[in-house]
Amino acid sequence: MEFSFLNELPKLVWMLIGIVAFLGVIGLMLVLLDAPRSRRDRWQAAFFLGPAAVLILGGLVYPVIRTTVLSFHDRNGDVFVGLANYLWMFQRPEILQVLLNTLLWVLFAPAMATAVGLLYAVLIDRSRFESVAKSLVFMPMAISFVGASIIWRFVYAYRPADQEQYGLFNQIVVWFGGEPRLWLLEQPLNTFLLILVLIWVQAGFAMVVLSAAIKAIPAEIVEAARIDGAGPWQLFSRITLPSVWPTLLVVLITISVQTLKIFDIVRTMTGGNYGTSVIANEMYSQAFSQGQVGQGSALAVFLFVLVIPLVAFQIRRNRKARELT
Amino acid sequence: MSTNDTLPGAAAPAERGTAADRGAADRVRKRLSGGAASLAALVIAVVWTLPTAGLFISSFRPAEQIRATGWWTFFGSPEVTLDNYRDVLFGNANDGRLASHFVNSFVITLPSTVFVLGVAALAAYALAWIDFRGRDWVFLGIFALQIVPLQMSLVPLLRFFSQGVSVGGAQLLPAWELSGAMAFTNVWVAHTIFGLPLGIFLMHNFISQLPKSLFEAARVDGAGHGTIFRKVVLPLIAPALVSLGIFQFLWVWNDLLVALIFAGGDTATAPLTVRLAELAGTRGEAWHRLTAGAFVSIIVPLIVFFLLQRYFVRGLLAGSVKG
Repeated sequence: MEFSFLNELPKLVWMLIGIVAFLGVIGLMLVLLDAPRSRRDRWQAAFFLGPAAVLILGGLVYPVIRTTVLSFHDRNGDVFVGLANYLWMFQRPEILQVLLNTLLWVLFAPAMATAVGLLYAVLIDRSRFESVAKSLVFMPMAISFVGASIIWRFVYAYRPADQEQYGLFNQIVVWFGGEPRLWLLEQPLNTFLLILVLIWVQAGFAMVVLSAAIKAIPAEIVEAARIDGAGPWQLFSRITLPSVWPTLLVVLITISVQTLKIFDIVRTMTGGNYGTSVIANEMYSQAFSQGQVGQGSALAVFLFVLVIPLVAFQIRRNRKARELT
Repeated sequence: MSTNDTLPGAAAPAERGTAADRGAADRVRKRLSGGAASLAALVIAVVWTLPTAGLFISSFRPAEQIRATGWWTFFGSPEVTLDNYRDVLFGNANDGRLASHFVNSFVITLPSTVFVLGVAALAAYALAWIDFRGRDWVFLGIFALQIVPLQMSLVPLLRFFSQGVSVGGAQLLPAWELSGAMAFTNVWVAHTIFGLPLGIFLMHNFISQLPKSLFEAARVDGAGHGTIFRKVVLPLIAPALVSLGIFQFLWVWNDLLVALIFAGGDTATAPLTVRLAELAGTRGEAWHRLTAGAFVSIIVPLIVFFLLQRYFVRGLLAGSVKG
């Protein structure tokens, strides 16, 4: 079968129908709403909030409860099994490996991405090429994790030693007199090679946000420190770093939450094989490939529990900031 | 690129910096004086650009050359072809036939974006400007839902689509047995749900900052909430809609997990990301396909990104450095 535009037409038509119907209904309701009789705040609020309420209650609130319940049931969700799924999680060596990998991701990816972002933001601040330099490092943010994974798989690509390498990584190894290797099969190094991909994507985010924070440091403080004879490192450690510290924490936590939920990179780079799986990937395999809904749900709940303290911290900070302003 | 313009009140610290300021970082950079600092910045910039450049160059090289030599040898004997793109877009099904998936990506992304913008703007308006009991609690609840990982929703939501809703054996809602093009509806709804908490939060940040006098004046003139929303609020929140729209667009376009579960893997509905991840798994060494394919999927986000970078950065700052 050849590609033909005619085959694609129904999709585009359905898309247009969807969008037009949605906008049409909302527009009509907005007009009808102001008919004199319905002008009670409560009814109007019901219209404005209705769609969001239905979607959120049905698509988030109920599922969260349901998934939690399922995590205490067997593979089909019929028989109550108590904590069995959670015990399974902490007893099977392959799942413990998954948890350990997730820990490695959270320990390294956010810290490294933030560190590179901060370093780069400081280095290029107010330089002549600032905006171009920023775009270069920020660009990976726009690329999908799938795209980024393919880009890096190409970097790690392997050819036997007697052939010419086309993977940049192995070529550099060869230039320095080493042997080319199948890097993605080398445990535990492969997990770190995957983490590098996330660092590559997220450093741009850290850089842009921290750069804005650096520009907000009042000039007088810097001037005063300079007059007192502060050197560059003192300026950085005593002025820049403390000033951007609150922003840095937010960046760190935002990336940490993302890292905990990382799925696409592992899926595309190794499919979770060779000891590289993480919680989100294992959850997908259990619940959707192997039909182990109970075990998959237990992994999802565990992921949720891991995210809560991070976000609680962030909310508390937000609150404080709001009280100050 | 300017990072100094932000949503009102969204990232206040960023607004104070001006080009004339002599910031701390400036001093650090000056004192580290040229050499080491510039070199470090250059190294980072190169490491961050080179992998993408390598893929981009490779995608235009003839297949046999990609297999034989590294892309860095390209400059020695430049030979450019569009065959990889032609094959991967329109070739036989084994090579991907990405043109069809490209359309799927659009058909999934556009409605998902429009729906989130519409629903979120309406909800945010009610939470900010309509008085009703429990308003603050509703807002707090939605705010808290931002933290729920997608993974918590996937199984029950998929069951809802495939089995409908039944309570104690009585079928309340039937299964959504949508076929053909209508099968996209599942993915739209799923993406809209997952985009709402952040969407409502960002829109609320913006709408609640509009001056109160505006609404009082409109009320005095006899306008109801419907009219106020259409004629006063909508025009004013256009920049915020663009910011949120870019976010949602990129998020949905780049998503793999939601599409994998709700769009299935077949040619009829799978977006680019799903098909590419599949190709990477089954044909991992077919680099002439993968390089071109990856670029087909990357090109749209990159265009959006470079055209609307200002709005993108704005949204980013609003979402993460609130307060």
